[in-house]
Amino acid sequence: MDAMALPAPLIEPRDLREVHLGNGLKVLVQPVHTAPLVSVWCWYRVGSRDETPGLTGVSHWVEHMNFKGTTNIPRDQMKGIVERFGGMWNGYTWIDQTTYLETAGRDALDQMLFIEAERMSNGIYDPAECESERTVIISELQGGENDPDQLLDSEVTATAFRAHPYRHPTIGWIEDLRRMSRDDLYSHYRRYYIPNNATLVIVGDVEVDEALRLAERRFGGIAPGPIPLRNAAPEPPQRGERRVTIERPGTTAYLKVAWHAPAATDPDFFPMLVLDAVLTGAKGTNIWSSFRGQPPQRRARLYTALVESGLASTVSGALLPTADPFLYTLSLTAMKGIPLSAVETAVFEEVERVRTSGALEAEMARARRQLRARTVFENDSVTNIAHQLGYFETVTGPGFYTALRDRIDAVTPDQVADVARRRLSRQFCTVGWFRPQETRP
Amino acid sequence: MTTAVTRGLSPVRSRLDNGSVVIVQENATSPAVTILATFLAGSLYDPPDLPGLAHLAGRVLDRGTALRPAEVIAEQLDDRGVALRASTSRHTTSLGCTCLAEDFDDVLAIVLDVAVRPVFPEEEIDKRRAEIITMLRQDEDNPAVRAAETLFEMLYGAAHPYGRPAKGSIASLERMERADIVALHQARMRPAALTLTVVGDVAAGHALERAAVELQGWAAPPPAPVAVEAPPPRSARAVRAVSVPGKSQTDIAYGFVAIRRLDPRYYAYWVMNNILGQFGLGGRLADNIRERQGMAYYAFSAFDPSVGEGPLVVRAGVDPANVSRAITAIDHEVGELGAHGPTAGELEESRRYLIGSIARMLETNQGIATFLQTSEQFNLGLDYDRQLPRHLGAVTLEEVRAAAAEVLHPEQAAIATAGPAREAGAA
Repeated sequence: MDAMALPAPLIEPRDLREVHLGNGLKVLVQPVHTAPLVSVWCWYRVGSRDETPGLTGVSHWVEHMNFKGTTNIPRDQMKGIVERFGGMWNGYTWIDQTTYLETAGRDALDQMLFIEAERMSNGIYDPAECESERTVIISELQGGENDPDQLLDSEVTATAFRAHPYRHPTIGWIEDLRRMSRDDLYSHYRRYYIPNNATLVIVGDVEVDEALRLAERRFGGIAPGPIPLRNAAPEPPQRGERRVTIERPGTTAYLKVAWHAPAATDPDFFPMLVLDAVLTGAKGTNIWSSFRGQPPQRRARLYTALVESGLASTVSGALLPTADPFLYTLSLTAMKGIPLSAVETAVFEEVERVRTSGALEAEMARARRQLRARTVFENDSVTNIAHQLGYFETVTGPGFYTALRDRIDAVTPDQVADVARRRLSRQFCTVGWFRPQETRP
Repeated sequence: MTTAVTRGLSPVRSRLDNGSVVIVQENATSPAVTILATFLAGSLYDPPDLPGLAHLAGRVLDRGTALRPAEVIAEQLDDRGVALRASTSRHTTSLGCTCLAEDFDDVLAIVLDVAVRPVFPEEEIDKRRAEIITMLRQDEDNPAVRAAETLFEMLYGAAHPYGRPAKGSIASLERMERADIVALHQARMRPAALTLTVVGDVAAGHALERAAVELQGWAAPPPAPVAVEAPPPRSARAVRAVSVPGKSQTDIAYGFVAIRRLDPRYYAYWVMNNILGQFGLGGRLADNIRERQGMAYYAFSAFDPSVGEGPLVVRAGVDPANVSRAITAIDHEVGELGAHGPTAGELEESRRYLIGSIARMLETNQGIATFLQTSEQFNLGLDYDRQLPRHLGAVTLEEVRAAAAEVLHPEQAAIATAGPAREAGAA
């Protein structure tokens, strides 16, 4: 059953064309003619890791400002350009990258490229708009704080890192958001939004030469700049378990356990991906789409040990492909009446079991098969295909994405046992508790 | 095998002898198949004293059948990378999943076994009941859920199926027994209440044949129809504040009862809602509350017509100090559109957007399956994807103005807020 031969026209793109424009912009074009749609993504190598103390959240705020009008697209006309073609648009910022997308009917390609070229070079950053957006972002932050799980995640991450800028949340600390100025935003924008720090991805119902011609016309005249150095401080080795407990009004207790994870390009990454599938079920690698909804996990070790036993109502694991070592995080919701200490004990019993004995062959086969299925499911639209091409190009560099399946297949039981033993030691972990303070009579 | 959406959908539909409907759409975009088995058996059919019964039944359906114990189902699905989701809405309970094309026969057999022959083991009922109670406790601490549930109760009344939470309450869950679940399954999850939708890299003839084989021998009379009672008559504006301690932000839910899905005014309402709270970042509402006033990360409206008169709901999440200001802004936008209707330009851009977005809606197997299932539920026709642009294109300015004038009356709005106590009541 493990020897599965997948016809995979979408996950091994055969007609992918890569071109560097004269100004250094990398352009990836992948024709997919299954629907009359095109997805355009413009990726920048800038994320919250590139922020300094006092300016946390600046990358994300800049992303917001880049929807606020440009020299040639008045603010009130940003909306409507893609919509006329039935299109959607969005953007997101995370620790390593910032990206913008439009997906619309194929006739909108040139308009989508126009928007992205404007965004790269002609942002206005009107001071009044910057002020108005400050409160929108603070509202976004406060909305996140309403969720105890998100609140705990920020605290665990901040506790797990001492030096590396992955420690602060992408949305930033609220004190920085209150103080940051328009010029802070604009200088960040000008520094990172240059063609030689970006990748343009076009996937869909396009003719490749025509798409490249349009990309050259829209972007070719944008001047390059000095490529920003990415000097994130390396995280020193962790010397002992760390803990954080949040006590706030609430109804439900949450537990998180996080270990320092390998970067995506580390040889340990794929064994860890398989290990996570053994423990919590395979999620895949598309952070845009794969992490919505439950993974297949009924036979996963932590599901059977925690959920089936009635200790927790949910369990999930998160291992994401990142440029530097980030975190492998287990998240659990305690069942009503179950103390967090009991949930934590059960988690560590299972982790110790896999550290001691590794994974069974049947579990390995299941995990590999789940991961391979996810690589098909997470490429089911031009939007998702374009995300994956741009994400890996930006975060891991060329050549990584197309080797995903082979590298998953190549993982051995010994490698899984080895990463479990070396990486999931208690001394390298950070434990977070959200302990609700009941306020009801 | 053809590509699904370039030339419009070409679904194949068959009604089996037992009354079940099977719809198949071939789509070879990727080597995967989405299976959606939907029963007309949602929370509408909960006994009055057991709200949440259909939801609990849905979560126990796949925990053991006459042919497969729970652990065998778990193993067979996990081994194929399949996550089977059960979801219960007002009118339906669905089992949905996506599998690799090569696993289609095996996975279809499991899904239909789960749909037809569940045994609802006591032990599994107890586990899932405890999980739902934990979910309900999480909901109590979630301002967005609290605001929405309070609003629905204000609009429809606590006893109306659209006014009570589909998950039920802790008290009702604790009263449920296995016999209640078995009775619900036997009464409602019958052959004539099932629509099976299959979309993906599978030949239609093969999928129809496999479905017929798996459902062979399953027979029962059609379930008795249940009417959705009319919502209470509109009343004067009402505001209710729910205190959720310890939160940073207050959620606002502001709404009206609108129309049924099969109401001839449906397309005019759809376009009107797009203008009010969808187009771009969130229509006129987001232009005002987010873009001009910087008050909220999200402000939008949602229109959810159903078998009965569904709601039109405005949502926003704001700083607790800004609740009154945000409600004033919502009143303004709702009142303006209600009094004057949209401009011709707004109508044109929303119509173009909605017509153009059909291709995106039908891009993935899951999107197509949901579209076909809804088309079947409301008897919209197998070629509804081709008819839809015509319906939207025909909507006139007068019709949208009339729709807005009918429903958008701030003086009749129901408004629920949920957030930290000190400001939640400000309105």
